[in-house]
Amino acid sequence: MEASAARAIPAKDYKSDYKPVWCPGCGDFSVLSSITKAFAELGLPREETAVISGIGCSSRIPAYTSVYGFHGVHGRALALATGLKVARPELTVVATGGDGDGFSIGGNHFLHAARRNADITYVVMDNQVYGMTKGQASPTTSPDWEKSKLTPHGTGVSPFQPLAIALASGANYIARGFSGDPNGVARLIAEAIQHPGFSLVQVLSPCVTFRPEQRDWKEITREATVPYTDDTGRAARRLMTDDGFNTGVLFKGNRPIYQPSLEQSSTTEDLERAFQV
Amino acid sequence: MSSNTVSIAITGAGGAGVMTAGQSLLDAAAKAGWYGLMTRSSGPQIRGGEAAAFLRLSPRPVGCPDDRYDVLFAFDWMNVERFSAEIPLDEKSVIICDAAAGDAPEVMTKSGARLVSLPLKDTVKSIPGGRVNMIGLGILAALSGVPMKAVDAVVDDALARKGKEALAASKAGVQAGFEMAKAINVDEIALDASGGSEKGRWSISGNEAAGCGAIRGGVRFVAAYPITPATEILEWLAPNLEKVGGTLVQAEDELASVNMIIGGSFGGKPSLTATSGPGLALMTEAIGLSVASETPIVIVNVMRGGPSTGIPTKSEQSDLNIALNGLHGDAPHIVTAANSIADCLSTTQWTVHLSEKLQAAAIVLSDQSLGQSRAIIDKPVDSGLVAEREVVADGVKDYNRYAVTPSGVSPMAIPGTRGGEYVADGLEHSPLGRPSSAAGDHTIQLDKRERKLTQFDFGDRWADVDGDGDLVVITWGSSTAPAAEACERARAEGISTRMISLRLLTPAQASRLEGLLKGVKKILIVEQSHSKQFYRYLRAEYDLPHDAEVRVFKRPGPLPIRPGELLSEIRSWS
Ligand SMILES: Cc1ncc(C[n+]2csc(CCOP(=O)(O)OP(=O)(O)O)c2C)c(N)n1
Ligand code: SF4
Repeated sequence: MEASAARAIPAKDYKSDYKPVWCPGCGDFSVLSSITKAFAELGLPREETAVISGIGCSSRIPAYTSVYGFHGVHGRALALATGLKVARPELTVVATGGDGDGFSIGGNHFLHAARRNADITYVVMDNQVYGMTKGQASPTTSPDWEKSKLTPHGTGVSPFQPLAIALASGANYIARGFSGDPNGVARLIAEAIQHPGFSLVQVLSPCVTFRPEQRDWKEITREATVPYTDDTGRAARRLMTDDGFNTGVLFKGNRPIYQPSLEQSSTTEDLERAFQV
Repeated sequence: MSSNTVSIAITGAGGAGVMTAGQSLLDAAAKAGWYGLMTRSSGPQIRGGEAAAFLRLSPRPVGCPDDRYDVLFAFDWMNVERFSAEIPLDEKSVIICDAAAGDAPEVMTKSGARLVSLPLKDTVKSIPGGRVNMIGLGILAALSGVPMKAVDAVVDDALARKGKEALAASKAGVQAGFEMAKAINVDEIALDASGGSEKGRWSISGNEAAGCGAIRGGVRFVAAYPITPATEILEWLAPNLEKVGGTLVQAEDELASVNMIIGGSFGGKPSLTATSGPGLALMTEAIGLSVASETPIVIVNVMRGGPSTGIPTKSEQSDLNIALNGLHGDAPHIVTAANSIADCLSTTQWTVHLSEKLQAAAIVLSDQSLGQSRAIIDKPVDSGLVAEREVVADGVKDYNRYAVTPSGVSPMAIPGTRGGEYVADGLEHSPLGRPSSAAGDHTIQLDKRERKLTQFDFGDRWADVDGDGDLVVITWGSSTAPAAEACERARAEGISTRMISLRLLTPAQASRLEGLLKGVKKILIVEQSHSKQFYRYLRAEYDLPHDAEVRVFKRPGPLPIRPGELLSEIRSWS
């Protein structure tokens, strides 16, 4: 990655000229900038980089970048990204999407992508709501949020804990950022890309349309005062007292990476000999 | 009944060595230069429990089980009723059993078959380390006419690793079996051993063949989630794919496996997965993504009894509807069908080629009876058809991923290609690949995706056509072998028939089939489904001649369609 710094590309060149469909003020604009800044910081060749997503407002992001991309189906970004990374290990693969996409319909893939620990970076724009389908509760929504027509009395269900679940499932790098701090998020994403294995960057990214109260997140998010750890036990204990608004790196591990070798040792004729009688 | 073939059923409790005896007999027949087919059946127990091996041996290629069995070899009578429907016997059949096993159950003897009970367990006591199934192997080899030399060679291959004593015990068992067989009048059953010719035979199951066809076609990425009866494709591919520089990932479910292969294919690697009905149902959303984004993938679907969990271990041709029509939206894709064990190889290879060439989603239909049966076949000729995806060169300028072309195929940019950076999308898009809900873009892309398939010349492989006559049998997949044998027997009786087995189901080759059916008066449609799925498909996609009478021979799984039943149908009609 460092080697390509020679052909340094400014962050804006990682953006496409296609205008986002997002509502003015949506946190995702800033996450897009953070992603392109991270690419620029690492000097990633555009043709060697791919952004993969599912479905949702946030999942629209690939089209707004100028690298390779795949805008797939709802909830399956990590599976598609895993296939790409395993088949083409030399590429930088970044999966993106929302909390509904990643933790509800895609929840099983989230567990197993973390467990498998292929070298993929997963940026989740968490707005605690389904934006694209116009404001339903997501797995990270608090149980007493009553603004959705679908759950008028709130969900009454405790929220999904992405960081704790990533840690328990085997992710190798876990961090949280806030879209109001694009440079901070860019640093996290760059570090996540460089760190081997499955990296989760949860970005609190307000949905100004269906969760306008999230504009206040800039008041309540804060940089964590404790440095990251490589000890899963310590990381787990920190999460016990986490209110969901501490930002920064929680965990950087050394868990074994999933990448089968692609070396060839035989020809098709060799394999076929086994069928001869 | 049918000359020059011998059919043997072997049954016994788990651990009796039914499968070893059957497999060794099949291998020995292959060594003698014959052809053969072995299918298996077992009770509901996951492991152990009663099992049955069904063999048919012949100096000529064998495609399906015969109408009846010449020999039933029963190690014991444990739960044998379970298999009685699968083992048609008659007064010419011989039932061989152990004298110590007690009385033969009535379901087996009421056929009038000759019962021969032999002192199997007693004999084995005199052979240190001996096993009853090796005596059985000896008896069955003698009965079918497989030379002792060939059996010895197979035992050598199989037991060399197990040491001298085990080898000697097995050989002594086989020898004892050969001697015992003299007590039975062998000549009535045995084939003429001189009929065989030894040259380049393969022993292969349909599932292994599909895996091998995938690799021959150039598949280098596979994602896998196990399901009966498709798992052996994936288990064969896992160690073999990595030897040729490919990779297999075990996925967490079929939603993942199909999306993984879309990812691998987007990365430029020809990609495939294998599954059965329930898995195919889970995959259908993402197959639509493959269609819309024009990312080629191949899914081998090995059918079993459905719906739902159905009958996982038995065959049925009832995923035809979902394979053809299961996708949402207007989603042109390719569906092919393998019509023999050997064809599992060539059809999979061809389908990989087509999928890559047309950047299309493709489903290969196989079924349990092909996938999990083992046959002795001639070494399949390599068609040379491999993945050839049209791609753009490094440094491409003004690239439009979904450019409108006369063929409908637009060159693809593979990550790593400078200037080709694009976003593959399941959203409808413009030629550039930008999301678009404009009516114009939708129509243009729908037309383009359809044109890719309708304008392509699929060549001669779309169907196998055999014989001539105004009675035409139309069939597909595993129903082909019994239909072909029935037609052959009918011709031998002077009834001229033509057989058509469709290999390319969609895009339907309407003008080709209609051309073959001009002037035809009788059409017999043969399929293994309850609701006549294939018949309905033929009615929907083709103009069958208006003045032809159409009959359907259909039956759901699990019982196989036998050539004799179809022959009766043909006879009754001519
Ligand atoms: C299989 C399927 N089910 C449902 C939908 C409808 N759908 C589209 S986006 C979405 C939720 C998006 O929420 P989230 O992932 O949190 O993203 P956001 O829009 O908030 O960025 C749903 C349910 C779909 N596209 N596909
Ligand atoms: S609905 Fe919410 S998440 Fe979607 S674009 Fe608008 S502000 Fe962003």
